[in-house]
Amino acid sequence: MTVPVFGAPARHRVPVHRPRGLAARLRPFAVVALVVLVMGVPLWLVVVTAAKSQSEALSPDLSLPSHWHLWDNLAQVWQQGEIPGAFLGSLLVVAPSVALVLTLGSMASWILARRAGRINAVLYALAISGIVLPPAVITIVLLLRQLGLAGSPAGMIGVYVGIYLSTVIFFVTGFVRTVPLSLEEAARMDGAGPVRVFVSVILPLLRPVLATATILICLYVWNDVFYAFFVVGGRLDTLPLNLFQVANAGLYLNNWHLIFAYIILMSLPLLIVFAVAQRKIISGITGGAVK
Amino acid sequence: MPPGQETLTRPSTERRAPARRRTPVKIGQNRTHPMWFLAPAFAILFVFFFLPTLFNFIYAFTDWSSFKSDIRPVGFDNFSYLLSDGTLFSALRITVVYAALVALFQNLFGFGLAVLLEKDTWLNRVARLFFLIPVLMSALAVGYIFQALLKPDGSLNDLLSALTGQQVNIAWLGSTTWTLVLAAIIHAWKWMGLSMLIYLAGLKTVPEDVTEAAKMDGASSWQAFWSIRFPLLAPAITFNVATALLGSMNGFDIVQALTGGGPARSTEILNIFIYRTFGQGLFAQATTMSLVLFLMVALLAFPVIRILRKREQIL
Repeated sequence: MTVPVFGAPARHRVPVHRPRGLAARLRPFAVVALVVLVMGVPLWLVVVTAAKSQSEALSPDLSLPSHWHLWDNLAQVWQQGEIPGAFLGSLLVVAPSVALVLTLGSMASWILARRAGRINAVLYALAISGIVLPPAVITIVLLLRQLGLAGSPAGMIGVYVGIYLSTVIFFVTGFVRTVPLSLEEAARMDGAGPVRVFVSVILPLLRPVLATATILICLYVWNDVFYAFFVVGGRLDTLPLNLFQVANAGLYLNNWHLIFAYIILMSLPLLIVFAVAQRKIISGITGGAVK
Repeated sequence: MPPGQETLTRPSTERRAPARRRTPVKIGQNRTHPMWFLAPAFAILFVFFFLPTLFNFIYAFTDWSSFKSDIRPVGFDNFSYLLSDGTLFSALRITVVYAALVALFQNLFGFGLAVLLEKDTWLNRVARLFFLIPVLMSALAVGYIFQALLKPDGSLNDLLSALTGQQVNIAWLGSTTWTLVLAAIIHAWKWMGLSMLIYLAGLKTVPEDVTEAAKMDGASSWQAFWSIRFPLLAPAITFNVATALLGSMNGFDIVQALTGGGPARSTEILNIFIYRTFGQGLFAQATTMSLVLFLMVALLAFPVIRILRKREQIL
């Protein structure tokens, strides 16, 4: 450990680096300019427009509002956009979907990774086919009607689990194969059954890859509007669905200040989670994706 | 067996060895790794994924709609209708062009950001966080933000006017050719933070002494980068291209919020078409398009699966 650290400063004095001096010195300015232009402008537009009065926000621009109405607008959206209900609706769908998809996915992945044979290979191919194949969204609606699940949170959860199981199984199966069999065998010698082996040996080892999967699937499901529109549209409120409906319905037509206030409120939960746990989230995403 | 399937089902060499002593292994497997662990996952996959897909192949050939209660088979009528009125090919073309552009831009942007922000200075770390914000935001929200930015009297034209000193009034979202490109750039803008993270992780896996050694041997920084570090990024590129392609093929939110499919339906990707025809009550037509999307992705997917499997075998 000490050797590379010791050698590190010396490397930078190697003359090879010298021609890049000017570029290296300009680089921080380029970074700041890029962040301001590419990220700053759109995010600034959201915040200032969400703080304007209706007449000022008619044609959104980057100027500061003459009077800050941010709290009034947020409060108005909170009521008219039925944020509390939609938030609960989103939570009601996202939490069970993620829990189910991770549990069922890891159970299946363990078997798919460990069993040998042709049938197993076919089952694995079927299980991961959903990574690439798009779900048949129209006939899902028909099927849910026949099952009596149309418009219900249970139906929505089932659809999300069905869509994202493949992704979870793909990532987790690859990960299980890197776990040495001897760990399982040791537990088995002590008399542990398959359930015990899975819960107390395999699951704890899967933590890094499950973290990656949790983050990605939370992102997808929390922000999904397409499948939600078909399955629960009009019956159950979720945050993106409400944004879609109010922005479409004419209620918010040209009311950019309210649309952007809604966007702020809707993005806050994920942004807060991200701000609190950013280091873990970043290492989580990269840890599972590129091994 | 068709050649595509062969790659899916071929057992890897390490797994072929135990299969020779079939019976004892099987009994052992059933005790230590019981099949019922698969049951719940496959039950859900069957009901919510495979069954609707099967239904797709049936209802695309019927006259199912909201206007009448009975459903009758009509053969290939839906296909010939969509073919004859040109929607099928135009929606297909638009979707493929959109997906290819998104894959291109998202990787260019993500790669550029990763190279720019590679060093672990505090400024770069803060900048990386900023580029991750759109990844967390709803795609619908991103669409609305850019709709506001790109209006003829919107902020982008204001900025350009201030820069050039003349009044700029470009209708960014009014071109039947370029609006699709803009939508792809915005899609890439939303996801480039994720690609950047993957590329950063890929760049970190290349040991520093390898590039140092190349420089000692007289390679310029430029050469060292392109001929040593870049090839080692292959897994990251595979992952990013595949996810970008598939994500944009199933895209909906950004384009719907940005243009709603316009102008003159020039940005109407397949999912927007499905959404629109479903809203009109033409369920069979929407199903037909859904089937077309399925077949197209399935056709393009086999190479992707093969690459993913190959990568897995290397690791």
